[in-house]
Amino acid sequence: MGRLLPSNLAKIAGLVFGLVIMIAFMLSSMKYGITPIRWSDVFHSFTNYDNSSNEQIIVQTSRVPRALVAAAIGASLAVAGCLIQGLTRNPLADPNVLGINFGASFAVVFTVTVLSVTSLPILTGVSFIGAAVASLAVYLLGSFGRDGLTPLKIILAGAALSALFASFTQGMLVLDAQGLDEVMFWLTGSVAGRSVDMLKAVLPFMAVGWIGSVWATRHMNVLTMGEDTAQGLGQRTIVIKLIVGLIIVALAGSSVAVAGPVGFIGLIIPTIARLFAGSDYRWIVPYSALLGAILVLAADIAARFVIQPSELPVGVMTAVIGIPAFIAIARKGVVKG
Amino acid sequence: MRDYTYIRSEKLSISFFLHKKTVVLTLALAIASVAALLLSMAMGDMRIAPMDVIRALTGGGTEEYQLVVRTLRLPRIIAAFLVGASLAVAGSILQGIIRNPLASPDIIGITSGASVTAVAFINYFAGTVSILWMPVAAMIGAAITAILIYSLAWKKGVTPIRLVLVGIGINFLLASLTKVMLVMNPETTAAQAYVWLAGTVYGTDWAVVKTIVPWVFIFIPLAFLLARNVNALQLGDDIASGVGSAVQRQRFVLLMVSVALAGAAVSVGGAISFVGLIAPHMTRKLVGPAFGGVLPIAAFIGGLIVVIADTIARTAFLPYDIPVGVFTAGVGAPFFIYLLYRNRNAA
Repeated sequence: MGRLLPSNLAKIAGLVFGLVIMIAFMLSSMKYGITPIRWSDVFHSFTNYDNSSNEQIIVQTSRVPRALVAAAIGASLAVAGCLIQGLTRNPLADPNVLGINFGASFAVVFTVTVLSVTSLPILTGVSFIGAAVASLAVYLLGSFGRDGLTPLKIILAGAALSALFASFTQGMLVLDAQGLDEVMFWLTGSVAGRSVDMLKAVLPFMAVGWIGSVWATRHMNVLTMGEDTAQGLGQRTIVIKLIVGLIIVALAGSSVAVAGPVGFIGLIIPTIARLFAGSDYRWIVPYSALLGAILVLAADIAARFVIQPSELPVGVMTAVIGIPAFIAIARKGVVKG
Repeated sequence: MRDYTYIRSEKLSISFFLHKKTVVLTLALAIASVAALLLSMAMGDMRIAPMDVIRALTGGGTEEYQLVVRTLRLPRIIAAFLVGASLAVAGSILQGIIRNPLASPDIIGITSGASVTAVAFINYFAGTVSILWMPVAAMIGAAITAILIYSLAWKKGVTPIRLVLVGIGINFLLASLTKVMLVMNPETTAAQAYVWLAGTVYGTDWAVVKTIVPWVFIFIPLAFLLARNVNALQLGDDIASGVGSAVQRQRFVLLMVSVALAGAAVSVGGAISFVGLIAPHMTRKLVGPAFGGVLPIAAFIGGLIVVIADTIARTAFLPYDIPVGVFTAGVGAPFFIYLLYRNRNAA
């Protein structure tokens, strides 16, 4: 049971409250930035768009996509993190355990340095493929043997393959210093400068992932009781684990494809969500989605103001905002090993 | 119990219980390490026959060979071996006391702490202060971070899970800081910092070896003496206190041993990843979890990985000298994947 919100009613109220905060942050994300914009321009750009107004153009072409991307990847990464922590029964796991970021980084760096392609839409596709291939390899390697996929085996397989991909990536970057300069912008991860089209390209995968994760919550509750118990209760654990694996790839893969490797959200948000939602995945998943979206939106807004006129990478800001909360929770001892 | 043999002294009250396979494996790895060291000294831009290497080491051979072997290659190779061994032992201790397979020296902030100060040093002091101070800066960063994490995780004692969670948080924060410095600074320093972050033993001379030797030869034997404490802690806090361990004190001492080893290694070799995480796993797959047996084997495996990786790194892409960190995973991961596959039916 969640410590903060013991009853179901309180949890529903919490979700509604979270939704309100998220929408408030999305609107603020459209208003605040280097260029000051009035609320009236924000609203008019939706109701009667005036393409002679600089402010309204900025809102529609730059700030709206940015807010949408931030919310979408925040929610997706957080939910993916929930599922992987359940699958591995390890509170230290994040989607990276499956090698997603390293696979994507490898694919992107290879495309930029060896094939000399730097177009952002192409890199989106490339990084998604890289993430998918890497996580598939980790999954296969973790599934060899009589017991199939065990938490320990998938963690070890992921660590080994991630390190392999990371070392290839580093090798390419060290040999090609100019390439380093060109892909640095991608490697730091950002939600700025992404068009709505890029989000649209991965939206089908994200949508499948979101719907799938809602479906998976009941099964996750059973699976986290342990392999034997789950099988005893009649769950076909192999099928469930495979489907959950695919959901994680869809969510985290499409996030990294749009925004680059933004770490850490999938790791801390589920921990924070458990503080509110307890141990029932039917509550943890929606709470994670909301909190993930809120954290990335807030971080993205703050990142615009810290070192004006330039911006901090959003991954840095998520760490600065999220870590203190995370450490406070860790000290409270809500998380159980 | 045919797998075991024992040594017992009638006069002194000493007895050892030895796992035969572990002893054999340790000896085999020791021989393999010597062979790898010799081979590594033979390879490079100038190829030297192994017999000439031995002659040069013992003071014979031409002066040119003596210079290359004794002044250029030997210190670098010894440093590589010691760095690998220290990281592997530090990782073994941590995985034992934290009881989590994802634990590695990175998790208690050694690598991220050292990286922040090293990158800051490259960015802000490289022109004004001698580069020889960089290892010192890295060591200070590692120590401060480890202490910070331990004290933040302290609340009437430190539990492994709290330590790890706080460690992960601080790690991400420091990694972000490092990233900011890389993004905001001119590309020349960024490239130099990147090499450090990958991990390198390029240009190591005897002075550098001398700075790491005391740490290794004090703290690895100390870890060996404390091995039985790790065996107890591996069983969990409750059982460990039940069999009479002073859990908190022992955990703190072991943690500091691990920090000292990993800190020394990182200050010499940069942020070499992977060895501290994977070498302990390899060792346990070979000999099981009893810690006294794990320690020497992990040390040899770690040393071997880094020496082989560095040999490839400085010879495969001549005239480029690639940072060794790029290849540690390249050398270690395939072998680890093989072990994972071989042990696929083990629990």
